[in-house]
Amino acid sequence: MAALGSPLRTLRGLLRELRHAAGSPYRDTAAYRHILAAFRAHRVTSEKLCRAQQELHFQAATYLCLLRSVRQHQALHREYHGRGERSPEEVAGLVGFRLPRQPGGKG
Amino acid sequence: PPERKRFYQNVSISQGEGGFEINLDHRKLKTPQAKLFTVPSEALAIAVATEWDSQKDTIKFYTMHLTTLCNTALDNPTQRNKVQLIRAAVKFLETDTVCYRVEEPAALAELQKQEWDPIVAWAEKRYNVAIGSSTSIMGPNIPASTRDTFISHLASYNMWALQGIEYVITQLKSLILSMGLIDRHITVEKAVLLSRLEEEYQIQRWGNVEWAHDYDLCELRARAAAGTLFVHLCSESSTVKHKLLQD
Repeated sequence: MAALGSPLRTLRGLLRELRHAAGSPYRDTAAYRHILAAFRAHRVTSEKLCRAQQELHFQAATYLCLLRSVRQHQALHREYHGRGERSPEEVAGLVGFRLPRQPGGKG
Repeated sequence: PPERKRFYQNVSISQGEGGFEINLDHRKLKTPQAKLFTVPSEALAIAVATEWDSQKDTIKFYTMHLTTLCNTALDNPTQRNKVQLIRAAVKFLETDTVCYRVEEPAALAELQKQEWDPIVAWAEKRYNVAIGSSTSIMGPNIPASTRDTFISHLASYNMWALQGIEYVITQLKSLILSMGLIDRHITVEKAVLLSRLEEEYQIQRWGNVEWAHDYDLCELRARAAAGTLFVHLCSESSTVKHKLLQD
């Protein structure tokens, strides 16, 4: 069986990711309701986690990995790959210049 | 080409004849081939809806892995049938990452032995097959009986799940690691680590380059996670609308 850690930790991580993904009213989202309902329905009733609970936990951990990795990938994309072309001001700034300002004209 | 702006306010799901549909305001989501976007599992529909709702100003399709997988299952753009998909999946065993070993450098060879031998042993035991590993450029010699076992095992999955399985295999470059994920024997993080063992070894030796290494790592994790989740959500017999999952 995969080493998953604590289900509570997974759930907290998931809710955190949903908050990032959805914006402010994340508690109104279908995803939030579905995840909470699933965790409640499969509450630990005995000492050993039954197979259904393990399956749910694995699914939750996988979804958490998906949300987290997409967010991290996007952040890296923005940071390193999303800059696009530099503006003339930025280019000038690279070598320590500033673009001239002309009254009533360019700049 | 400029990115598509988010053109909808609300995302919701609804249940139609063929399964669950995604609504962007009052519009029903369609596939690239203009078919109605219908998925067999409510949980999958919710996850897809979440992808659409997560888009801020512009729609970044390259982050919407579940949507992409559903589109592939619905449109089947490569026009492959079940037999062809299974054959493509099992063919990967011949060049399976965890079976392909180096002899040098010794440290990497040792690391491969340490990290990959257990998962190969797991697969051999779980499926009662011989796989082995090889340092030859020809790769491991996979017995026909091993191939047949995997072919017949994969045949038990429906078409949607198979698209997902083949996707994960292509991403991880390993049938064995993918089965490890599908069978819940290893986590996505572990599967990706094992898939990228040589990269990780080089990173430890030469240092990490965030904009390249972490970028690739996150992307592979996202894809493997999406594929695995997709397979599991399409395989749950209790929640799945079988009519849609044409075999």
